[in-house]
Amino acid sequence: MRKLAWMAAALAVLALGQAQAQTPRKGGTIRFSAPYSASLNSLDIHTTPRAQDDIVGKALNRSLYSWDSAAGKVVLELAKSVSVSADGLVYTYKLRDDAYFHNGRKMTADDIIWSYSRILDSSRGFPGVRYIRIIKGAAEVEKGQTKEISGLRKIDDFTLEMTLADRVEPGYYLFNGTTAILPKEEESRLNSHPIGLGPFKFVEHIPGSRVVAERWEKFYKPGKPYADRFVLLMMPEAAARDLAFRSKEIDTSILGPAQYVVYRNDPELSKGILEVAEMFTRSMQFNPAYKPFSDKRVRQAINYAVDTDLIIKRLVKDKAYRATSWLPSASPAFDKSIKPYPYDPEKAKKLLAEAGYPNGFEFEITTSANESWGLPIVEAMIPMLAKVGIKMKPKMVEVTVLTEVAMKGEHQAFIGSSLTGPDSLATLLCFYSKTPRTACNYTGFNDPAFDKLIDEAGQAVDQAKRNDLLRQANNLIFEAAPVWFFNYNKAVMAYQPWIHGLQANPTELTHQYVEDVWVDERSPAK
Amino acid sequence: MLAVLLRRLLNIIPTVGAVILVIFLLFSVIPGSFTSTGAEDGRMLDPQVMERMRKEMGLDDPILERFGRYVGHTLVGDLGKSFRTREPVTKLIGDRLWPSLKLAIAAMCFAILVGVPLGFIAALRPGSIVDSVSMVGAVSGLSLPQFWLGLMLMYLFGLLLGWLPSFGYGDGGPRYLILPALALGFNPMALLARTTRAAVLDVLNADFVRTARSKGMAETRVVTWHVMRNALVLVITTIGLQFGSLMGAAVVVEKLFSWPGLGSLLVDSVFQRDIPAVQGCILVIVLFFLVINTLVDLAYAVIDPRIRYA
Repeated sequence: MRKLAWMAAALAVLALGQAQAQTPRKGGTIRFSAPYSASLNSLDIHTTPRAQDDIVGKALNRSLYSWDSAAGKVVLELAKSVSVSADGLVYTYKLRDDAYFHNGRKMTADDIIWSYSRILDSSRGFPGVRYIRIIKGAAEVEKGQTKEISGLRKIDDFTLEMTLADRVEPGYYLFNGTTAILPKEEESRLNSHPIGLGPFKFVEHIPGSRVVAERWEKFYKPGKPYADRFVLLMMPEAAARDLAFRSKEIDTSILGPAQYVVYRNDPELSKGILEVAEMFTRSMQFNPAYKPFSDKRVRQAINYAVDTDLIIKRLVKDKAYRATSWLPSASPAFDKSIKPYPYDPEKAKKLLAEAGYPNGFEFEITTSANESWGLPIVEAMIPMLAKVGIKMKPKMVEVTVLTEVAMKGEHQAFIGSSLTGPDSLATLLCFYSKTPRTACNYTGFNDPAFDKLIDEAGQAVDQAKRNDLLRQANNLIFEAAPVWFFNYNKAVMAYQPWIHGLQANPTELTHQYVEDVWVDERSPAK
Repeated sequence: MLAVLLRRLLNIIPTVGAVILVIFLLFSVIPGSFTSTGAEDGRMLDPQVMERMRKEMGLDDPILERFGRYVGHTLVGDLGKSFRTREPVTKLIGDRLWPSLKLAIAAMCFAILVGVPLGFIAALRPGSIVDSVSMVGAVSGLSLPQFWLGLMLMYLFGLLLGWLPSFGYGDGGPRYLILPALALGFNPMALLARTTRAAVLDVLNADFVRTARSKGMAETRVVTWHVMRNALVLVITTIGLQFGSLMGAAVVVEKLFSWPGLGSLLVDSVFQRDIPAVQGCILVIVLFFLVINTLVDLAYAVIDPRIRYA
């Protein structure tokens, strides 16, 4: 009996400890590492499209919508509710009346109108234009024909009516960091001393080293943020980041394929790994202007000829998920029943013979040096394609140049990574015949059946019907194989045992809504 | 002395002019532009936005017009606006200059304080164990890649011993400066040790040293007065060249240690084709090199009067 009592007491203590461990602790410092480059381009989030800049952007700013990683969808952020008209074009938002900028002023509908108008400024190239363009009248402002966006109407300080130009889900566009709501009166210093609506307030920026922010006491979510300070440390070198992580100087670190293997096999480090299938599809895209690629059978043959699973396992070290279509697995229009092209060189040979290339052919592939979707992958493919008679010659360029090559169509094929979410319709529009090559139709895809599905999906008010049409369109792309379907990126973040509340964000893993993140007392940072 | 100074300063002008021309031409012909770098990892930029950005940044203007504008602005100290940050390049460089200088000075102090005495001691006892050990160290120092050395320092002092922070700028104080300065200064230290040894050995065998010794001059005085002074010309030349090139060499170390200097600014600017920032950074690094070399030339004139009258 006494033994039982002791055991019960021990269990109770254990349970209490676990409960405490799960209760967010107030205070402490969150130390994120920024892995993509040695500095930020700008703290004025309207001016920069770079993922790295939006890591700190998520701490300092807020947009009308945000991404809910747990639910896997966009949700309202700066509005409490929204009503949608029957035709799906007019959205009426009841805005938050408790959202304060870091200068102490309350946000109103005017701030949203001003922010969106600023992004459309025809004399400057703000990257968020593509998202604001969904609003009726935005195109006219962008062209400089008028100053006011006709599709935005302030009903009162906290009610905003938005009329869309097309029937789209505005959340997919207006959750982006480049569409953050900023205060007009602070415009002149938004880069040097950003003022936003985020959970943390700017303190200092040492260009090329770090950004420090402190808790914003008037943040609109009660009790949040948990931490006192947020620090973003620039750490572009993976090896240095690894050492800093192991010496407990940073709380998170993004891992590449080589580090992923080491961390996964380490008994301690493997306990703190966050993985997510990001909405990026890696592929080799074919240019149909090069004759062999105008034949679907040739494109399919390449998909059969490459042992994609082997490349993912050996070269990418399983830090990727096999692509089974253009849309990523997190997309609502993703077809879970679809199977990838199997490795079948004999079938590839047969298809090539049917297409009139029994002895294969030769083509040039433009590639960058990227370890996950560049030259190392191309080198692995060369002998596989040679087996079916296809000679592939790599031409290496910088990533910067790769985009320009693709836009100009100066390639026979190129291998790269494409953002494929979260909006399935916008993603698939890259294969719509009316989408110019410069916009993203790098494969020059043109299929009336596909266009019809996209047109119907664009008109569908019912979300389930729209997703079904997009699923069909996505499957059509998979069958037509305008690309070699390689993989979806598996983003991997290593985290320390004392940090909690990290979100598996498939739109970009480094983009954390830091008000939900907290550190327990084990954190060495004060 | 004034004539020497004037002559050296006049030499700087054509060098800077040539550098400006070469940088401008290079970045006009290499493929890729800032407007397409925003499409990192498949994030697409809107073609209309790209066009607007090109117009705003003057990237579509004729090359001669751009060159004329660049030279004209540079002459009045305006290095243009960064494409990335949309801030004046002079401000960007201003923010980064002091951390870079601090790192270069610390690295050079380490190199001089360790390298010169090491070379001197080795030369005074050629063939001894001190000579052998110091020269093995010097050769190793010359052949170690900065990146690898930096990682090893981080591993040893940051991770294993936990004595120093493994990266970052912190408060800019010595704790954060030591490791990057060691990584940057190790190579010049090794070179200085070897150069000093060679220079001292050369002077030790000179006739005037033999004469001084035969006159019965104390060995300490021979070494400090005759040997050191004469070996100094070569040592100062090496110090000057090494110090001048440290700003450029710091690119790897700054990036590795997340040190907010000109080197890391230059790397980011090159990758993103931020032409005004690249031009500004290179110009400052070149100017730094030329100024240091001019100072070295003036130091020659002070040390060796023959140069003054040449």
